[in-house]
Amino acid sequence: MTDDADSNVAEDPITGEEIELPADVEVGEIVDNPVTGAELEVVSVDPIVLEEAPELEEDWGE
Amino acid sequence: MKVGVCYSRIRKDEKLLLNELRDRGHEVEKIDVRKLTFDVADTHEAFEDLDIVVDRCLATSRSLYVTRFAESYGVPIVNSHETADVCADKAKNSLALEDAGVPTPATKVAFTKETALEAIESFGYPCVIKPVVGSWGRLMAKIDSRDAAEAILEHKATLGHYEHKVFYVQEYVDKPDRDIRVLATDGEPIAGMVRSSDHWITNAAKGATTDVFELDEQARALVARASEAVGGGLLGIDLMEIADPEGGDRYTVHEINHTVEFKALQEAVDIDVPGAVVDWLEAKVASEAAEVTSG
Repeated sequence: MTDDADSNVAEDPITGEEIELPADVEVGEIVDNPVTGAELEVVSVDPIVLEEAPELEEDWGE
Repeated sequence: MKVGVCYSRIRKDEKLLLNELRDRGHEVEKIDVRKLTFDVADTHEAFEDLDIVVDRCLATSRSLYVTRFAESYGVPIVNSHETADVCADKAKNSLALEDAGVPTPATKVAFTKETALEAIESFGYPCVIKPVVGSWGRLMAKIDSRDAAEAILEHKATLGHYEHKVFYVQEYVDKPDRDIRVLATDGEPIAGMVRSSDHWITNAAKGATTDVFELDEQARALVARASEAVGGGLLGIDLMEIADPEGGDRYTVHEINHTVEFKALQEAVDIDVPGAVVDWLEAKVASEAAEVTSG
C-alpha cells in the first residue's frame, strides 16, 4: 500500500516490478502493466496478488 | 435486489456494471465460473436466493452452459440461454434475422471447401468469410479473388477446430467507412455509436474510432425487430448503412451480440450506460416479482 488512498501497488509477476493500481481494484479484474502492456489478473486483494492473465481463447468476445 | 454476475474476467465493462449495482445498494454475488462445478441436479449455492443473474462470461462456450444451468436452477438470467444460443453462432443469428424478415446481408453456409467455393463464386468478388463463432473481428476475411478464396479455404480446412469447417460466406456490403453499434434492452435503444475505420472491419476492438449515433425511426424499428428475433435481452445490435438502398431499407443488421461490451459506447455518448442497464435490471426483477405475486 502507498500513502496515496486512491491507489495501491502490487508486484508484476512477470517483471518483478511494482505497478500502481486503482484503490478499488477487485478480484477477477484485469489490469495492464503500463510499461510492458502485459495483461495481469488480480487474484487477491488483501494483499494484492497479480498473476499473468489467461491467453486469449478462440471463443472469447461478444 | 440480489444480483449474481457470472464472469471469468472483470473488464472495464463489468467494473462499470458492478460499481453501478453497488452504488445503488444492491447486493452483488460475483460468480467466477472458472471456480465452480455445476451439478445437473442440485442448484449451486452461489445461485441460491438470487433475484437475477447477469451473464458476463467472456468465453462463448461458458456462456452457453452457464445460461442453461441457471435456467435449470430456476434463476432468471440475462441474457437467456435461447438468446445466447442464437447470438453465439453467426449462422443461427443470420437465420433468426432472416426468419423475422429483418434486413440482413445475404449469407450461405457450406461444409466442404468445394461447396464453400461455390458459395463464394455465387456472390462474386469481393465477398466475406467469417468463423461461425468468434468476435472482435478475428479471422474474418474479405475475399478479392478466386486465388485468395482457395488459399483461405485451404487454411480454414486445416485449422484444428471443427467449427472452422463450417464455412459462413456472406455478400460484401458496400457501406460507408463505418458501421453502427446500438446497445438495447429488450429492443429499446440505450444509445448508439458509429465505428469508423479505413479498414473494412470497423470494430472498436480493431481500433475503429467512435462517435455518437442518433437513431432515426427506421433504425429504432429495426433494433426492436432484431432484438425480438433473438429472444430479447441486453444486446449489442450491429447495423450497416447501405450505400445504394433498394426498397427503402437504409440499414442492414449483420450481427447481434449477447454479452455486449459497452465501454467504447460509454466513451462515445453522454448517456450513463451502466445506469441504464441497471435501470432495466431493476425493472425486470420488479416485473418478475409482480408476476409471482399475481400468479
